[in-house]
Amino acid sequence: MRKQKVETEQEKKIFFLSVSPHIKDRLAVSRLMRDLIIALLPAMGFSIYFFRLRAVELILTCAFFSVVSEYAFLKLRRKALPKESSALLTGILLALVLPPNLPLWAAAMGAVFAVIFGKQIFGGLGYNIFNPALIGRAFLMATFPVLMTTWALPFTLDAVTGATPLGLMKFESQLTSIYSLFWGNVSGSLGETSTFALLIGAVYLFVKRCIDWRIPVFYLATAAVFTGITFLFNPNYGSPLFHLLAGGLILGAFFMATDPVTTPVSKKGRIIFAVGAGVLVVVIRLWGGYPEGVMFSILFMNAVTPILNRYIKSRVLGGG
Amino acid sequence: MKPYRLYFEFIKGLWKENPVFFQLLGMCPTLAVTTTAINGFSMGLAVIFVLMCSGIVISAIRTFVPSEVRIPAFVVIIASFVTIVDLVFKAQIPEVSKALGPYVPLIVVNCIILGRMEAFVSKNPLPASIADTLGMGLGFTLALVILGSIREFFGSGSVFGFQILGEYFRPWVIMVLPPGAFLTLGVLIGFINKFSRQRA
Repeated sequence: MRKQKVETEQEKKIFFLSVSPHIKDRLAVSRLMRDLIIALLPAMGFSIYFFRLRAVELILTCAFFSVVSEYAFLKLRRKALPKESSALLTGILLALVLPPNLPLWAAAMGAVFAVIFGKQIFGGLGYNIFNPALIGRAFLMATFPVLMTTWALPFTLDAVTGATPLGLMKFESQLTSIYSLFWGNVSGSLGETSTFALLIGAVYLFVKRCIDWRIPVFYLATAAVFTGITFLFNPNYGSPLFHLLAGGLILGAFFMATDPVTTPVSKKGRIIFAVGAGVLVVVIRLWGGYPEGVMFSILFMNAVTPILNRYIKSRVLGGG
Repeated sequence: MKPYRLYFEFIKGLWKENPVFFQLLGMCPTLAVTTTAINGFSMGLAVIFVLMCSGIVISAIRTFVPSEVRIPAFVVIIASFVTIVDLVFKAQIPEVSKALGPYVPLIVVNCIILGRMEAFVSKNPLPASIADTLGMGLGFTLALVILGSIREFFGSGSVFGFQILGEYFRPWVIMVLPPGAFLTLGVLIGFINKFSRQRA
């Protein structure tokens, strides 16, 4: 009897070890979160340049409500308040994937939902199954579909003319120029339009060794190869370069799919995760009901992550 | 059978052993038809009728049905009453019948009904069976009306068809979609577990 009890305690310990990010000390996690926020600064800057006051309002609203709802939830449950700024990061990421014309109350709802139902319900940071910011966006997408698909061109905020490059490709067979896509002078979510700004942030993340290169590289490469094949058969589908630069693929690949909590632990698992997401993104973009598939591809692979963790384990060295 | 015992059998289904909130039975209609309060209420009425009628018949015949064939016998009886409900709904309230869709015929395989028959009615005399099935049916209806009211309130700004929120309210489309059902039920059960002393 006693022996059994000891075993279950050991199992518990093993279970706790496999929850990522592996919190060795608080400092490491808070540094990671801080670096991610710093890496998002260029994207935030470009979104403020393009969408002016709207971007400032949306980013502040999302950041404020996600931090406040996290604190309120933890206070209600009488838990210790976190020392890292993951709620702030969730809020900023959520704001960057919202359309610029979204009313502020809807953005606030999304932020509260993202933190409480995307993260705290599961037990807080390290236990969430899905990327909280994407959960917030998916919630808003299902709750206010009209508001979430009303886009605007930069500088004008004119909702009538603002179909996204992917929407134009899908519904009107019109391709946007690569040049505008790279600098970000197109309609789309706040932070996803400017590939240039996102790449600056990505370089910073690599320099600081914050993210695993496998996920973005395999994610983007899969999407590029797949769209390359479809481009050969039908040029209307858009070139691989178009697909890499349009929509939220760069933002998703570097800042959302790399979330250490919701991606597989092992290297092989991460590669499968990234390839699966890359295939899904192209399938949704070309043949699905929505013009953009980054959000669903990452959320779907988040759901598969526990299985990948279970069946693809790194070889255990030592022991035995 | 003493009256207080009957009262106890009746009252337990309403809340303490509520089939939806505490036993988590009958999830299929619970999640699928509660897009509006009125749909939940109609579903609840149908289940009360089927539950009570089959309870009465099965309790009456329980002594001479061989236990080897009891489940098929129960299912045949339940199915007869479900057919009655389905046809009555189609004839009398066609809009509700359309809204409930296949979930009225599906009452046949509802766990609450077969569960009560197997766990309670087939072992208890008629009065206790009536009290138990009525209590369970009302508990189920209560849960469905609560769920339906919440989802209708947020999903279309009305409750039982009465518009409560005005033009300024933008409906939360998610609440009338399947995810809304799971979210509402999960949050409700979470709060019930938190605030009730008896943990489910």
